[in-house]
Amino acid sequence: MAITLLPEFENKIETAITHYPVSKRSASLPLLHLWQEEFGHISDEAIDWIAAKLDLQPINILELVTFYPMFRRQPFGKHHIRICRTLSCALGGSYETHACFKKATGAEGDDHGPVSSPDGKYTIEFVECLASCGTAPVVMMNDDFYEDVNESKIQELLQKYQ
Amino acid sequence: MAAPQRRLIFKHIDAPGYTNDIDCYIKHGGYDDLKKSITMEPTAIKDEVKKSQLRGRGGAGFSCGMKWSFIDAKKVTKPIYLICNADESEPGTFKDRQIIHKDPHQLIEGMIISCFANSVKLAYLYIRGEFPEGAKILERAIEEARAKNFIGKNILGTGYELEIYIHRGAGAYICGEETGLIESLEGKRAYPRIKPPYFPAVLGLYMCPTIVNNVETLCNVKHVINMGGEAFAKIGTPNNTGTRVLCVSGDVNKPGYYEFECGSLTMGELINDVCGGIRNGRKLKAVIPGGSSAKVLRAGEKFKLKQKGADGAMVDKEITLEDIPVDFDSFAAVGTMAGSGGVIVMDDSRDMVECLANISEFYAHESCGQCTPCREGSLWMKKITHRMAHGQARKEDSALLKNVADNIAGRTICAFGEACSWPVQSFLAKFPEEFQAKANKDEELVLGK
Repeated sequence: MAITLLPEFENKIETAITHYPVSKRSASLPLLHLWQEEFGHISDEAIDWIAAKLDLQPINILELVTFYPMFRRQPFGKHHIRICRTLSCALGGSYETHACFKKATGAEGDDHGPVSSPDGKYTIEFVECLASCGTAPVVMMNDDFYEDVNESKIQELLQKYQ
Repeated sequence: MAAPQRRLIFKHIDAPGYTNDIDCYIKHGGYDDLKKSITMEPTAIKDEVKKSQLRGRGGAGFSCGMKWSFIDAKKVTKPIYLICNADESEPGTFKDRQIIHKDPHQLIEGMIISCFANSVKLAYLYIRGEFPEGAKILERAIEEARAKNFIGKNILGTGYELEIYIHRGAGAYICGEETGLIESLEGKRAYPRIKPPYFPAVLGLYMCPTIVNNVETLCNVKHVINMGGEAFAKIGTPNNTGTRVLCVSGDVNKPGYYEFECGSLTMGELINDVCGGIRNGRKLKAVIPGGSSAKVLRAGEKFKLKQKGADGAMVDKEITLEDIPVDFDSFAAVGTMAGSGGVIVMDDSRDMVECLANISEFYAHESCGQCTPCREGSLWMKKITHRMAHGQARKEDSALLKNVADNIAGRTICAFGEACSWPVQSFLAKFPEEFQAKANKDEELVLGK
């Protein structure tokens, strides 16, 4: 397995591990987050590498990737759009927002899970409560958070995230 | 008219010119309570918290002083850990996000005081994965606090040492359950542990005594020290002390977060006076008072509540939904819970079957899958409510749904079993005609008329 990692990335990994003096295994989630931020998804190589780094078996890492919804095994579009689906946002019109994002980007599929636009620019995903129910519907564009995202704001957001 | 807000935790939040850096916090008296606490005996701090009668703000409303009293630092030989539960994900709740983004040092200060009181040297702040910006803000806040010697070795020259690290979750609601959170922090799937024997106070993180407190609870500890436990206990009503941050969402004109003394206003005042009433000129239909797991209340319903009569004796009074005082005990008395303070309001145009289908989809997605009744049941409740909401209801569906829900609650390792079945049981009990109408399509109800 030939993975070359940038020294800054390896430093981040080493620092994260120091936060868990009692058990290296605790660093599993932080390492998965760091890996996904760096490479976009969790590949087979990632699982093997992280497991080896933490003296674990690959299954100990794979079972986390399949359990925690934020980790993904496949590459996503350049921009990840998360729309809150849960009750308060639904009362505020998040199903319309979700449909509108899909229509505007050409992403197809009835699934609430991730669907990508044909040009690979956007991956749209219905997610559960994002904890900002008073400003429904809420949307995350990558790591950025937007409130009251109704249909009129969608074009503006897509323009901003090219 | 409703009593005015009493902003204790949210005092500086959204105040003009208030920023989330340490200089601004210190300028407003920040970390003075830490300086005061660190000269006190840890047991004296614990006594103040006990006297304050502070109850946990995460959902269960358990006494904070009691939780802390389970661990006696003098007798314990293992390290003691403290974890701040910032995995805010109960639908309808959005208070922790505000504290973390806008006043992070209040939380950090509360956390350091709580750690000192419980002889904790290593603490974690478990923040949900969907708060990447919040995690960065907290990391910066911790670095700022370390630079001022509030965290690290020999804190303020007292010899006390403490490290706090941020740990990010990754999108699983079950991590808000304290033993699931602990498993997650150990680098495993967040499968809740069975109690007994795995009470966090005895066998918590790394099988050591562990305290898990909610963000708002830890902020409150700072204010308990500031004013003293007895003074804190005078805020609110007996057994429901302090303030409560209420997050109101759904069909009201002014959704948002508001902070009141516990029990100082009624549900009707909250909805009509504070939140400007129901939007679009509609009428109130239903309220979920404490996060989506809390049992729904129906407008027009009558409840029995023990209240003080004119002669001072406790008498049973018949009250409406609008009359319910917003506090822990009153909500429990009317058969629901104050939970996390997340109030979701629904107007008379809402289809209760659709609302329940939405909630059931949430729980089906979030069941950790460890216990069969919950793993299978939550999925069936989603399937049945969805077919009912989409014109494919069967005659027996209401009864079937109730049967599934009744076989989950009380039969699982953690309280998720109750959390997913209470909405189903209560929606069915409170709005039976809407569910029945779905089965008898020719009787379809016309909503909002």
